[in-house]
Amino acid sequence: MTSTINHHLTDDLLMSYATGSLPEAFSLVVATHISLCDECRARLAGFEAVGGAVLDEAPACAMEEDSFAATMRLIAQMPTETRIEAEDESVKGLFPKPLRDYVGGDVDAVQWRSLGGKVRQAVLPTSADATVRLLYIPAGVAMPDHGHAGMELTMVLQGAFDDDDGHFGRGDVEVANEELKHTPVAAPGADCICIVATDAPLKFSGLLPRIAQPFIGI
Amino acid sequence: MNERHTSDARWVRLVERVRSDKDQAAFGELFAHFAPRVKAFLMKSGADSSLAEECAQEVMATVWHKAQLFDPERASVATWVFTIARNRRIDALRKQRRPEPEDLTWGPEHEPDQSETIALQQESKQLGRALAALPQNQRVLIERAYFGELSHSEIAAETGLPLGTIKSRIRLALERLRQEMK
Ligand SMILES: [Zn+2]
Ligand SMILES: [Zn+2]
Repeated sequence: MTSTINHHLTDDLLMSYATGSLPEAFSLVVATHISLCDECRARLAGFEAVGGAVLDEAPACAMEEDSFAATMRLIAQMPTETRIEAEDESVKGLFPKPLRDYVGGDVDAVQWRSLGGKVRQAVLPTSADATVRLLYIPAGVAMPDHGHAGMELTMVLQGAFDDDDGHFGRGDVEVANEELKHTPVAAPGADCICIVATDAPLKFSGLLPRIAQPFIGI
Repeated sequence: MNERHTSDARWVRLVERVRSDKDQAAFGELFAHFAPRVKAFLMKSGADSSLAEECAQEVMATVWHKAQLFDPERASVATWVFTIARNRRIDALRKQRRPEPEDLTWGPEHEPDQSETIALQQESKQLGRALAALPQNQRVLIERAYFGELSHSEIAAETGLPLGTIKSRIRLALERLRQEMK
């Protein structure tokens, strides 16, 4: 596990992920970050422990008469789970497992679509309450200056970007909301690949992106 | 006798018996305690009683099959059951997939450390007491957040409390729990 992550998930996000109230798109970014971050994994365990205590203190609700027997029948029909073996570090790619599950493979399996210039995106299939996409921004290239109508959660997978809030490298997350307006610029060196979840369209300040927005679907 | 103050370590032993011996009596005890709570949990999340019954059975069947994946160094049995029930709820009620983090896997020879396990089970007991001792208005919001599939803004809409009040009460509650756990 890497120890160089400087920007972590908020309590709000971790608690919503623990309670199960986060839209799928955001849950994917949270799960991807936790796959790389022991600190947030430990904080998540705390929030889940609260859920355990709530469940344990809950008033019981009587089960049907034949419930136990029905459950034993169900058990007999279900396939057995086996312990998942640790993956060989050498075959590990760029994407943590939850992201690979959505892409259907690692970075070479992504179906990129050009957004103009050399910027590319790939929208991943999730429930409609929020959207998650992979963004590919060549080193040194700036994203259009934009504000946010809702929440935007960005996590770096490769390379890095800089904006007014700081420097974001692999594993770092930026939580942007209505108050933040920013122009992320991919750092020189490696091209930047991010996963970005949003629950409302972005608000571009420049004329050109505003015209292009309906077509490219950001 | 207060059940929850004696049982946390016992649940761990019962799960171990399900894992190693496929022990139906041990599973029966887990079922008697957790199935009715999972059912209540699902009904508070909006499931009707027949869906809640069906899902509670599926959750308990998953407990049986995943017994070998339970790690008493990382979670109490109640917490582990909660996560299974929560995932079932997301699948059955919200019809969404649940992305889960990559598993942290120990080496194949790993045996749970007894003292780590005991420490964790004691902490969860302590957490349960701390939760019960929260001021009513804070505890109710925590329970709603975990029970209902309500976001903070949905709780605000339903209770008529301003979103800021909800967030600050939840924050206060979490602060208190953290203080208690130190
Ligand atoms: Zn983190
Ligand atoms: Zn942004």
